[in-house]
Amino acid sequence: MPIEELRFHAQALRSLKLIDYGEPPRFKGVELTELGMFITNLTTEDEPILAGDLVQTKTGVKPLGQLLKDIRRKVLQMVAEAGSGHLGASMSIVDILAILYFMKMQHDPSNPDWAERDRLILSKGHAAPALYAVLSEAGYFPEEELNTLRELDSRLHGHPDTITPGVDVDTGSLGQGLSVAVGMALAAKMDEASYRIYVVLGDGELNEGQVWEAAMTAAHYGLDNIVVIVDRNQYQLTGTTEQVKTVEPVSEKWRAFGWNVMNVSGHDVYAVLDALEVCEHTKGRPHVIVAKTTKGKGVSFMEGNRFSRSVPNASQLRQALEELERD
Amino acid sequence: MQLKAQVEYFGRALVEKGATDPDLVVLDADVSDSTKTGFFQEAYPDRFIQVGISEQDLVGVASGLAVSGKTPVAAAFATFIVGRAWEQVLNTVARQNLNVKLVGTHSGLSPSADGESHQSIADIAAVRVIPYISVVVPADAPAAGCLTREMIDRRGPVYLRLPRGATPTIYPDDVELSIGRAETITEGSDVAVVAAGNMVHVALQAAESLRGNGVEAKVVDMHTVKPLDTSAVVESAKETGAVVTVEEHSVLGGLGGAVSEVLSENYPTPLRRVGVMDRFGVSSRNYQRLLERYGLTPTAVAEAAKQALEAKKK
Repeated sequence: MPIEELRFHAQALRSLKLIDYGEPPRFKGVELTELGMFITNLTTEDEPILAGDLVQTKTGVKPLGQLLKDIRRKVLQMVAEAGSGHLGASMSIVDILAILYFMKMQHDPSNPDWAERDRLILSKGHAAPALYAVLSEAGYFPEEELNTLRELDSRLHGHPDTITPGVDVDTGSLGQGLSVAVGMALAAKMDEASYRIYVVLGDGELNEGQVWEAAMTAAHYGLDNIVVIVDRNQYQLTGTTEQVKTVEPVSEKWRAFGWNVMNVSGHDVYAVLDALEVCEHTKGRPHVIVAKTTKGKGVSFMEGNRFSRSVPNASQLRQALEELERD
Repeated sequence: MQLKAQVEYFGRALVEKGATDPDLVVLDADVSDSTKTGFFQEAYPDRFIQVGISEQDLVGVASGLAVSGKTPVAAAFATFIVGRAWEQVLNTVARQNLNVKLVGTHSGLSPSADGESHQSIADIAAVRVIPYISVVVPADAPAAGCLTREMIDRRGPVYLRLPRGATPTIYPDDVELSIGRAETITEGSDVAVVAAGNMVHVALQAAESLRGNGVEAKVVDMHTVKPLDTSAVVESAKETGAVVTVEEHSVLGGLGGAVSEVLSENYPTPLRRVGVMDRFGVSSRNYQRLLERYGLTPTAVAEAAKQALEAKKK
């Protein structure tokens, strides 16, 4: 077995807290063999856990890269099955949602109403397929349900609804999520609760005036328990954001409104994690991470073009799934 | 007869409920002096949220507080909280059946001097078509106080509609009303006058003058336009055979619309609607003169009653 693979397993054991690093180190109370010690020592306590390498899903531990592929595959399949849905806008936020749900947020899929959980509002509600795939992967509801997207009597509506386990706020009408987050953040402050409210906004959504009403309110009250992630995928329905209504300079706008602003690549796991970390240590201001992403990310013929609003036919779906597997 | 301001009673009821309900939170869009939510701000500054002149944000923030278990009361001028934020009320508040209380003051023609930009003639109709949400229109100040308390005790979204300024009082201060149950104020067998808000007082005056002409009018305070007390409507129609609705609102889609819908399906009855006749208001320094101009007077109601009676005879 290659040494890198051994190191990978050692990190897995550590990230799952299965090794007790006492003298001598133990695995579930059992002393380790020499080989076990060797493998364990491939990773040391002061070496940061590469959280991005392994994540816990309902089916067990898997490498993040595999998880992201799995989610993208499910998004493609569910939209193809439903016959409609916003594929490109879903694909661009897969990484961000996966990072939040599998590496950042405190939440419990077996207890969706856990009072201390971190909350997420998908204000760009048309990306619901990505949220559903992530919630299912996390264990909020059975994977088979993904095939019922947009069907009569399904719990997976065209846009997020609280009927879906794990969804806290109805969205779909753009521009409303941040105001709701402000109310939730004010309630958390009143209750002296420490949970955070994450909000995913689209860049086209920034056209909506209510976003800026809410941005002003959040800054006025210094709501540092709000973290907005702007999915800067550069496209909206009828063209690029700059063709439809110039949205730049995005970061300067938020900064002028009094927010703590960070710019990252929304597909760079560690950059996003670092930015989220900064949010936790910056007090007194709400946070926004402007995440540059690619619409339709992961499928060559969808990336950064208007195909991403279409639904793939059978051969396109096959090609897309093959590409995902290859990468 | 005394003049009392509904908003004063509303503001005081909030303070009273705030003492025992720690989850009660009041939100303002920079009009707390006018809506009297300033009383609450003074009593419980930590539970008062100022969002500034932004009604869409006001409704959204209230929704977030409700999602987190608070009981938010958001107050602003009727035409703005309903009109400006209508889709937020529909898509965020009502769709999730959130426990948000929306209060629209300066309703109807009551901000007379401000003119049609600030008057509110379409709010009842606009809210009434949204699922789940109740629409409550108190007849006077004591009713406003009582129905404010009722609204807070009742789970789910409510729209409470109040006028600006002091208006005639018909109930004692300790009146007890229940959301969804109409109040019959005067019995009568010839014609039923079903009124809401300030117009209940006008209906009573009309009944008085009708009585002088030998017509016995039943006057019903329909303070809850939704859910409508349909049995009270149908019973009134059966008892009298002629119905008049009166409201300080467009005759389209409000109380008149609601009563017409119920009667035409359940007990077709000659009916006349008194209200704003599908047009905008206008500025008037004097509120009373504006009501006269728009036909919201005892004389107009009595005339409508006579027409309904004529139709009954045919």
